[in-house]
Formats: sequence, structure tokens, C-alpha cells
Amino acid sequence: MTATLPATPTLHDAPMVRTDPAGAPPPRRRTAPWADPLFSLLAHGAAWLTLALLAGIIVSLFFGAAPAIQEYGLSFLWRSEWDPVQNRYGGLVMIYGTLMSSAIALLIAVPVSFGIALFLTELSPSWLKRPLGTAIELLAAVPSIVYGMWGLLVFGPILATYVQQPLQALLGGVPVLGGLVSGPPVGIGLLSAGIILAIMVIPFIAAVMRDVFEVTPALLKESAYGLGSTTWEVVYKVVLPYTKTGVIGGVMLGLGRALGETMAVTFVIGNMNQLNSLSLFEAANSITSALANEFAEAGEGLHQASLIYLGLILFFITFVVLALSKVLLAQLRKGEGTRT
Amino acid sequence: MSSLTPLDASRLAMHRARKRTNRIALALALAAMAFGVFWLVWILVETVRLGLGGIALATFTEMTPPPQADGGGLANAIYGSALMVGLATLLGTPIGIMAGIYLAEYGQKTWLGATTRFINDILLSAPSIVVGLFIYTVIVARFRTFSGWAGVLALALIVIPVVIRTTENMLALIPNALREAAYALGTPKWKVILSITLKAARAGVVTGVLLALARIAGETAPLLFTALSNQFWTSSLSEPMASLPVTIFKFAMSPYENWQKLAWAGVFLITLGVLGLNILARLLFRPKL
Repeated sequence: MTATLPATPTLHDAPMVRTDPAGAPPPRRRTAPWADPLFSLLAHGAAWLTLALLAGIIVSLFFGAAPAIQEYGLSFLWRSEWDPVQNRYGGLVMIYGTLMSSAIALLIAVPVSFGIALFLTELSPSWLKRPLGTAIELLAAVPSIVYGMWGLLVFGPILATYVQQPLQALLGGVPVLGGLVSGPPVGIGLLSAGIILAIMVIPFIAAVMRDVFEVTPALLKESAYGLGSTTWEVVYKVVLPYTKTGVIGGVMLGLGRALGETMAVTFVIGNMNQLNSLSLFEAANSITSALANEFAEAGEGLHQASLIYLGLILFFITFVVLALSKVLLAQLRKGEGTRT
Repeated sequence: MSSLTPLDASRLAMHRARKRTNRIALALALAAMAFGVFWLVWILVETVRLGLGGIALATFTEMTPPPQADGGGLANAIYGSALMVGLATLLGTPIGIMAGIYLAEYGQKTWLGATTRFINDILLSAPSIVVGLFIYTVIVARFRTFSGWAGVLALALIVIPVVIRTTENMLALIPNALREAAYALGTPKWKVILSITLKAARAGVVTGVLLALARIAGETAPLLFTALSNQFWTSSLSEPMASLPVTIFKFAMSPYENWQKLAWAGVFLITLGVLGLNILARLLFRPKL
């Protein structure tokens, strides 16, 4: 492209000699005129690829699940039967397990993460902030299979001996509560899965909470302190209202992680398709652990399609939760400039 | 002064109550912090204690043994993991960096940029087992065999969002004056990006790649029905291939003592590798506090 655009000559160009005194600049020489469009094309292509990836995941899951969707439609969601022998499937047990274990996880993780974020932003001496923050972030980096194995072989037995058995002794005769803690004391089940999930999502939620707490303008906090507020009152009545969308966004992010977590749950949930006992200590199943355990061995046809259908449901739920989290966090950031 | 006493008393009581609430809340925050660190320490201590017991030279030189046999190691699993993780990083990193460049340098204000950023953030936290399902339906079901390549692709799909995110963030930190100065000298855009902005953001981008590497090194779920597993040594990526996480999963769930011991050794190696990579990434690029 030796075009005669009125352009800025590069330093590498030949000495500028005006051949035509009337004013046309010397012809421009570029080393690789095709490089710019090519590079732009590559960058655009990579961005489109990311979008195509999401579309590809959704389309391929729909196609894979098609036989099951045709067979059951939406009734798959509330059918609790899962019987590969008679080739009849329903997702209720797994969906219940996924939602319940994530709910237990959030119940534990949200207050703890709030405490950690409060500690890191308001209480910790500044020399401790960094190492403690790093420690929490490393907790997020530990691979989930490590949590799973630790949960199954170390934590589960301890939970059974020191928590479940005393609880059974205490609540054994009580009608509703007794049912919640029944089951063999092996440390496997919804509660173990929930606790391990909680440990896994605490770092994610705590990191977001810490970051949004730090967004609060110092002026607001100082005003509140100046009026004589205690640290707790500043956090609860100034920082928290100011950052509530961000805090909820962080919780949603943690929920998204918990719903989709596979290995840690598969190790400790027990992988049993039952809903007869609502006990927290009874083995159960979740979408991810059903996939992890059955998919590679599932015969083609309805069994496989039903598993892919479960995967599609999981992807749909996490997509909604994560999108919500993203929107809430973006809202906080938008307000950041206007409210001071 | 005596007329003020009742007021003072109620005020003092309120003051005391507020201080008490404060003390309780702060004590709970401290407890929460201790709770978080406690798990990290406990998990690390158990992993080191049980993992070191299972590690021997044979762990690195011998193949995975049959149940209840003496000896054996994890050589084929370690090799498979290294091969698949390495290839996946090589495959995913350029795509991730290019998309990150797009977001930071081309598409800041376009709808494509906004959409890609949104979708990417969702892919970043999407369940990794769904990625495995995707590769299964697209690759494994079509070619009718589990293969190392399918595993590589699944892992690469997890690398991409991580690298996009860090590349974009790091490029966004580069001051615009740097770009403008380069443009003013007549540098074409691709050269500005490659030799000015990307070069200035180098440490951050490398950090992102390391974090992605650490993330996929421990991923099990996407490999379960793509690469599957293999009891023997194989260098052929078109066959099922063993990997460290899948082997750990299989061995840890088994009742055999020698398998469980090897699983602990594997968990120790993975934890060591992943945390090492994370700490390296942090040292390389210390974020502003």
C-alpha cells in the first residue's frame, strides 16, 4: 500500500526531500502495510471466538440433551426417579442436592467472609493485611480435588465422631430435629459437602467484600467516626449500606462457584439417589457428582441425554446467578463516581 | 449537677451497650479471620504429613500399579498431566492474549467489547464440568474415542478466560500518554500494542498465564470424560491419557491402601505445584495494596 495518504512519516523513512515544491509529501514507505489490518483481525477474531465458545456450549448441550428434553420436557425438573436399569430419569434428587449443599455453604460462608473482610479493611494492622490477604487467596487456589480428598479421609470422620454422634445422642428422640441428624455416622452427606463448599467459596466472597469495602470513600467513614461511631457502627451503618450491591454481587459469585463445584462435592456427598430422608448426614447426590460418576460409563441414548440435560440445567442456573452478580457489581462501580 | 445524673446514667448505659456490641462484633471478625486461616493450615499440614509418607523415588519412575500390589508410582499420570497442561497453555494463551488486547485496545467502547467482557466473566466462573460435557459432545462423541487431545482442548478452554481477564486488566493500567507518544511518532497500531503496551504490561500478562497454569494443573472435572485415564504410559494424544488429578480421584475413592497412599502423594505434588505457581505469580507481579 504505497498510497499517498497525508500521513506522518516514520523515523525509518528515507531523509525527507521535497521533490515537488508544490506541496505533495514524499511517497510513504511502510515496512509491512498488511500488519495492521491482520493484527486487528486476529484481535477481533479472538473476541468473537470467546462469544462463539459460549454459544457453542449452549447449542451443543441442547443437542446432546435433545432426547431427554423430548421425552420428559420440563417435568424432568420434578421427577425424582433415576433408574438406569429401567431407563427412566428425573433430575429432582440432583437438583435438590446441588441447591441444598450450596445453601448450607452460603449460610456458613457469608457471615465468615463478612468477618474476614471487616477484619482486613478495618481492624488489621497494615503489616498483617498483605500476608493474611495472601493466605485467604491461596485458600482459593488450592485445587478442589485436594479439598475433596481431605474432606473424605480427614474431615468426614472427625465430623461424624465429634458432631454427628453427639447431635444424635442429644436429638435422637425429637421428631423433626432427630430426622435431620439421622443416618450412619460416616461423615458423608449434604452437611459435609456444604461445609467443604463453604471453605472453598469463603475466599471468593471475602475477596470481593474486601475490595468493595475499600471503595467506600474515606470521607464518609471519617465523618461517622467523627460523630463518635464505633467501628462496628461505621461498618454496619455506613460501609454496608454504601456497598450493598457489591456485597450481594460477591455472594452471588460465591454461589455460582458453589453450584458448579464438582470434585470436592463428589468426594463427600455420598452419591446416592435418594430423597426419602432429609437428614443432613444422609448420602445424597448433586448434579456435578452425578455427571462425574456416571457420565463416562453411561450408555448412549436416554441415560447420557438425561445427564447432559442435568448439565444444561446446571449451566443455566449458574449463568443466571453469575450474570446477576456481574450486574450488581457493575452497578456499584457506576455509582462510585457520582456519590462521594 | 445532681439534676443531670439520670440523663448521665442512661447515656452511660447506652454508651456501654454500644461499646459492648462493638467489642463482640470485632471479636467475631477476628474469629472469622482465624477460621479462614485455620482451614488453610489444617489442609496444608495434613497434605504434607500424609503426602510425604507416600512419596518415594518410585513415585516418579514407575507406572500406576494394580490394586494391592507393592510399589508402583505415578509416572504416567505426571507425564500425562504435564503434557496436556503444557499443550493447553500453549493453545489457550495466544487466543486469550489476543482477546485481551481486543478488549483493552480496540473494543473499549463497542458493544462487542462490552458483551465479550460480560461473557468472559461468566466463563471464568462457569462450572468446569460443563466444559468437559461440551468437549465430549463436540469431539469425543464424534471421534468415538476418549483422547488426550480432547483433554487438551477442554483445559485450553479454561485457560482462555483467565488469560483474557488478566491481559485486559494489565493493559488497562498502561497510561494513555505512552500510547499517544508512540502514535505521534507514526508507529502503526500493531507495533504500538506489541512493542509498547504489551511490553510494559509483560509482568502482569505472565502472571495471568501462570495463574491459568495453576488453575488447570488441578482441574479434574473437565478431564473425566475427555482424556479419561490410562493405566499405562502413552505419548499418543489420540489415546485416552492418564492425568494426575483423575488418577488421584480414582485412587482416593478406592478402598485399596496402596492406591490411597499414592493418591496422597499425588495430592501433595499437585498442591505443591499449584501453590508454588501462585506464589511465583505473586512475586513476579505484586499488585498495589
